[in-house]
Amino acid sequence: MRIYVCVKQVPDTSGVVAVNPDGTLNRASMQTIINHDDLSAMEQALRLKDATGCQVTAVTMGPPPAEGMLRELLAMGADDAVLISAREFGGSDTFATSQIISAAITHLGLGEEDIIFCGRQAIDGDTAQVGPQIAEKMDIPQVTYCAELEKNGNEIIVKRMLEDGYMKIKVQTPCLITCIKDNEFVPRYMTVNGINDCYSKPLTVLDFEALKDEPLIELDTIGLKGSPTNIFKSFTPPLKGVGIMLEGNGKETCADLAARLLDKHLI
Amino acid sequence: MAFNSSDIAAFKDIWVFCEQREGKLMNTDFELISEGRKLADERGAKLVGVLLGDNVEGIAKELGGYGADKVIVCNHPELKVYTTDAYAKVLCDVAMDKKPEVILLGATNIGRDLGPRCAARLRTGLTADCTHLDIDMDNYVEFLEKSSTLDLSNTKFDMEDVNLKQTRPAFGGHLMATIICPRFRPCMSTVRPGVMKKAPFDQAKADACEIEMYPVTIEKSDLRTEVLEVVKEAKQLVDLIGAEVIVSVGRGISKDVEGGIELAHQLADAFGNAVVGGSRATIDSGWLSADHQVGQTGKTVHPKIYVALGISGAIQHKAGMQDSELIIAVNKNENAPIFDIADYGIVGDLFKVVPMMVEAIKEAKESK
Repeated sequence: MRIYVCVKQVPDTSGVVAVNPDGTLNRASMQTIINHDDLSAMEQALRLKDATGCQVTAVTMGPPPAEGMLRELLAMGADDAVLISAREFGGSDTFATSQIISAAITHLGLGEEDIIFCGRQAIDGDTAQVGPQIAEKMDIPQVTYCAELEKNGNEIIVKRMLEDGYMKIKVQTPCLITCIKDNEFVPRYMTVNGINDCYSKPLTVLDFEALKDEPLIELDTIGLKGSPTNIFKSFTPPLKGVGIMLEGNGKETCADLAARLLDKHLI
Repeated sequence: MAFNSSDIAAFKDIWVFCEQREGKLMNTDFELISEGRKLADERGAKLVGVLLGDNVEGIAKELGGYGADKVIVCNHPELKVYTTDAYAKVLCDVAMDKKPEVILLGATNIGRDLGPRCAARLRTGLTADCTHLDIDMDNYVEFLEKSSTLDLSNTKFDMEDVNLKQTRPAFGGHLMATIICPRFRPCMSTVRPGVMKKAPFDQAKADACEIEMYPVTIEKSDLRTEVLEVVKEAKQLVDLIGAEVIVSVGRGISKDVEGGIELAHQLADAFGNAVVGGSRATIDSGWLSADHQVGQTGKTVHPKIYVALGISGAIQHKAGMQDSELIIAVNKNENAPIFDIADYGIVGDLFKVVPMMVEAIKEAKESK
C-alpha cells in the first residue's frame, strides 16, 4: 500500500503581504510555508504508516526550490518525494494542474490499495478544486472535508464535515481524500534522525519530457496559455474612508459611542 | 451529437445548481437564483434552476419566486442524500444534454465537492468562491470604478465581451482577481454564501415558474461511496449571516479567554439580535468553534454593526467583515490595522472598556 500526499508550497498570507503597483503579488518579499491543510493530510498519512507500515510519498508541483519543502516532509517521515517541475507547467489553473498531477501519479502507478491524500484547499487560492479534479481524471472516488478516518483492509470510513454536521462515508481504495486542518491532526515535528536521513531518501523530479506522453495530459490545456480559466484583471480593493478615533476609553467615551449609534438609529 | 465543450456557440442559458438538504432548499439557492436573474437579463437568456433530490418537485416553484424562469427537477432515491458520484453523474448528464452557458453553484461544502468533479468531466473551467459576477461589460467597468484602485482612464475594454467575469479574493483577500473562461463552456463558478443579495420573493412569479421533470438513471455501479449516516451537530450553529449585530473577539482575549467571550456575549445581549463571532486565531486556538469564524477562510458578513474586540485586523479577517455597515473596534494597540477600517475606534483594554460599553448601550436604549 502506498499513500500519495499532494502538497503545495504557498506564500504565507497571514504575514505582511506586498502588492506590486500593477496589482500582482510581490512573491519575492514573502515567506513560503507548507500549506496548512496539506500538513494535516501528511499527518493523517503518517499515522496510517505508523499503523500499517505503508509507503508515504509526498508529491508537489512547483518551481525547483520546492525541493526544500519536500525535504522537510521527508524529515517528518515521508519515504520518498516527487517534484513535478517544468516551465511548460507554470501558470496552470486548477484544471491544468490536476491533469499534470494525475498524469504524474499514473506514471508512478496507483495500486488497488493505494490512497491519494490532499489538503482541502491552499491558502493562496483557496479553491479546493485540485483534489476532486485529480479524482475525476483518474476515475477514482473522492471524499472531501475529511476530519477523521478509519481503515480496515481496502475499506475506509471517513468522517466528512458539513457546515451543519457531518456524514460518515464508506469508500474503497483506490480513492482520493481531502483533509481539513483539525485539532486532532497536529502535524508532527521533524526529528533529528529524520533531518539526518532526509537527504538520503529518494526524490524524483518529473519534468515535461517525463510526462508529456501520458494519456491524461492534453497538451493544449496545460500551462498559462492552455488553462481553461484566465485572469482577466487583478486589483487591490480600495481602503474604506477614514473613521473616527474616539477620545479616551472611559465611561464618557462609551456614552459618546452609544449616543452616536442612537443618532444613526442603529440601536 | 457528442458533447464538445469547445463549441461555445452551442451553449445558452444561465443555470443555478440548487442544493437541498433533507428536502429543504438552502438560503444560498435563493441568493444564487437572485444573482442568476441579473446575469440572465444581462445576457438576454433564460434562468434555469436545477434541483436534484427524491420527490423534490414540491419545493421547486419557490425558486421561481426569486427569479427562475424554469426549474429542471431530477428525482431519484439515490439523490435524496448528497453523494459525489450520483450528483456528478446527473448534473453532468443533464448539462451535456442541454448545454448551459453558465452553471453557478453555492461554495458550500457540497458545491465545492461537486463543482470541480463536474468541471473536470465537462472539460471546462471553474472559478472558486466568487464574490462578484458580471456579464455586461458596462456593469463590470462600473464595478471596477467603485471597487478597485485601478486607474481605468487608459484601459480599453471590449464592450461586446460576453464572458462571465468572475471576481474573487485571492491570497487571503490581499488581491482581487477577475477570472474568465473564454474557450470552454459551460463557464462554471462556485459563489460564496452570504454575499449575493436575495431578491424579494414574488408569489406570482413562483406560480408562473415552469417545472421540467427530467428522468434520470443511476446504476449501482455508478456509486462508489456509501453514506452510512448523516449527523446534524446537536449544538446550535451560530447564524453569523443572519445577525444584525456581530460582536467578534480576537487574540486580545488571550489573558482570560472565558471572561473575554462572556463579555462579548454581554455586549451582544445589550445590542439584541446579535451573535458572537471570532477571528481565525480564536478558532485555531480552540476558543470558539469553527462556525463562529469571520474572515476569508470563515464567513463573509455584512451586519449593521460589527464590533471587533481585541482583533488586530489581519487582512484575512478584514476580507470577511469590511463591508459591514458600521465597524466599532476596541484594541490596546493604537496602530492595529483594524482601526484603518473602523468607523469608531477606542484604544483601550477590552476587559475594562466592554463592561462600560454594555452599560452605555443599555442606558441609551432606555433613554429612547
